[in-house]
This record gives sequence, structure tokens and C-alpha cells, in this order.
Amino acid sequence: MIIGITALLVCQLIGEITVRSLGLPLPGPVVGMMLLVVAIALRSALARKDAIATHGNPVAHVADALLGNLGLLFVPAGVGVVQYLDLIAANGAAIGASILGSTVLALLATVGTFRLVKRLTGDNDAEDRP
Amino acid sequence: MNPFALWVYLSTSPLMWLTATLIAWLAAARVAALSGRHPLVNPVLLAIAFVAVALKLTAIDYKTYFDGAQFVHFLLGPATVALAVPLWRNRGLVTRSLVPMLAALMVGSVVAVGSTIAIAKLFGAPFDVIASLAPKSVTAPVAMAVSERTGGLPSLTAAVVVTTGILGAMIVTPLMNRLGIRDWAARGFAVGLASHGIGTARAFLVHPVAGAFSGLAMALSAVVTPILVPIVLALWR
Repeated sequence: MIIGITALLVCQLIGEITVRSLGLPLPGPVVGMMLLVVAIALRSALARKDAIATHGNPVAHVADALLGNLGLLFVPAGVGVVQYLDLIAANGAAIGASILGSTVLALLATVGTFRLVKRLTGDNDAEDRP
Repeated sequence: MNPFALWVYLSTSPLMWLTATLIAWLAAARVAALSGRHPLVNPVLLAIAFVAVALKLTAIDYKTYFDGAQFVHFLLGPATVALAVPLWRNRGLVTRSLVPMLAALMVGSVVAVGSTIAIAKLFGAPFDVIASLAPKSVTAPVAMAVSERTGGLPSLTAAVVVTTGILGAMIVTPLMNRLGIRDWAARGFAVGLASHGIGTARAFLVHPVAGAFSGLAMALSAVVTPILVPIVLALWR
């Protein structure tokens, strides 16, 4: 477990250092994520097998534990939001309509474009079929 | 130690509120599981409500709470890095979906930002509120930085981002089912783009492929949105 956590933290740390030293408009953990994909790909290429597919692989183990409870990690920030409910209430109608309307529109536009372009590019493999 | 002194000690110690956060989450997850993971019974919303009520009843301020809860909050960074794992597992499908993904990223991001601004304007919101709303579909740290740079209120943005995340996580399943869309990659990508990490948390509960694509959409929109928001805001002024 410690190996897995350390691997994630090292990627995040390198990500933060990269973002801050180059002044990139990106969160450090996103760069860390890209680094981890590259690291897994390199290890897999060297070992000539999938580096994280083995049962009990520490990185896969910790990643699955974190992502399986991803919602928990938003609770502390979410509780902070409760303090600002009056700020939302002050512009209630505009904020409510804007959040609801644009969330539905963004979901529809994204899923519609994804499906349309997938069909146009002719890639409609069996995996997506019900 | 008398009970009052013990309470004063415990209620201000990190142990108390870290434990309370975990218990609230386990209780919320149990309720969500009992409902058959009904989309409207969102565990994030429930856990926030449980903790908020506990804080209200005990008159504990957010700073004291966060001293304990920060250990959970800190894991958001490593969890973002961990998205590499589902991405790698689905690398075949991700590579094959590159073109639809990039197209959906561009169209979806423009619609997310543009429709937010348009609707807020229609309701006569002042500029600082509009600028606070514009980056609402992207992950909180990025959204707050964008909001600050474009003349919004970062704390209002944080509140709006979390609300958007929970709302998207609640409506995505019924909406996609009604439309008859069963492409997990497309569904996941849409919720990650519209509702960042909280949408991604929902996607992982529904299907691992949806989770992978949702995480990817969240990461990609964190790259695109900071560039997009100032442009759209300037066009609409």
C-alpha cells in the first residue's frame, strides 16, 4: 500500500513542480496523471507485459481504493459551500437557472457530439452495443 | 475530566471531525446502496448534509472542521493522479475514441461556458456573478483560479462548482437512459465534462468505462476551460 501511495504522490509532486516552474495553467495532479500513464506504459514496454495487471499490484490497488470512494473526497469542500448558501440565495434565480440549464445543455452537447463523430468516423464497435 | 471539558477538547481536535467525515460518508453510502444506487440519492450530497447539520447543532465553525477534514481533502490530488489507472486499462478504447473525444471536448466546453453565461445574462445577473458562474463545470481549484482572473468571486465559484457537480451526477443517469444512450464512453465523457470530479465519482459507481472517460474529460476540460472562459466572457460583454 505504501508503495502505491508513494508512486501517486511522487507523480503529483513532479506534476506540481513542472506546472509551477513552467507557469502552466494546469493543475499539478493532472500533469501527475499523465506522468503515471507514461510510467505504466514504459514499465509495460520494458517488461513486455501489462505492468499493473498482476493481481495485488500496489499502484492499481491504491488507485481503485481512492476512485471507489471518490465522492468522499469532495465532502470537506462541499461542507464549506454551505457557508456560501446565502451568496447563492442572493442571486438565486439567475444562478439556479444557469446551473441547471447549462448542465443539461452541456451533457446533451457532449454526448451528442461524441456519438455523432464516432458514427461519422465509422468506429462503432461491439463494445458500445447494449 | 468532566464531560464538558472532554467535549471542548474533542470538538476542536482533528480526530473528531476527520472521524465524523468518514462516518457521514459511510452512512451516506449505505443509504445510497439501500436505495439501489438511485441517481437522486447522491451520497456526496447526503454526507455534506449530515456533516453540515452536525456542525450547526454543535456550533463548530468551518475552520475547526477543516482542521480534521483536510486529511480527506488532501487525497483529491493523489486521486486525480490515480485516474491514470482506469485510463491505462481502457487505453484501446481511449485511443480509438480520440477523434470523437476531442470533438465532444470542444463542443461540450463551449456549450457549458456559453450557455452558463447566456442564461445568467438573461436573468440579469451582475458581471461578477456571471464571471463566477462561467467556469462552473471544471474542477474546483481550476475554476476558482479562472474566476479570480476574470473578475468573479472565487468563494461563490467554489459553491457553484460543487452544486454543479452534484446536480450533474444526479441528472446524468435518468437523462441518458431516457435518450437511450448506452455508450458508456460517451456517457462518462459527458458527465466528466459537465460535472468534473463529483460527476466522475458517480460514473465510477455506474460503470468502469464511464469512470475512465469521465476522469479523462475532467482532466481535458481543466486544460481547455481556463483558455476558453476569458474569450467567451469578452465576446459577451
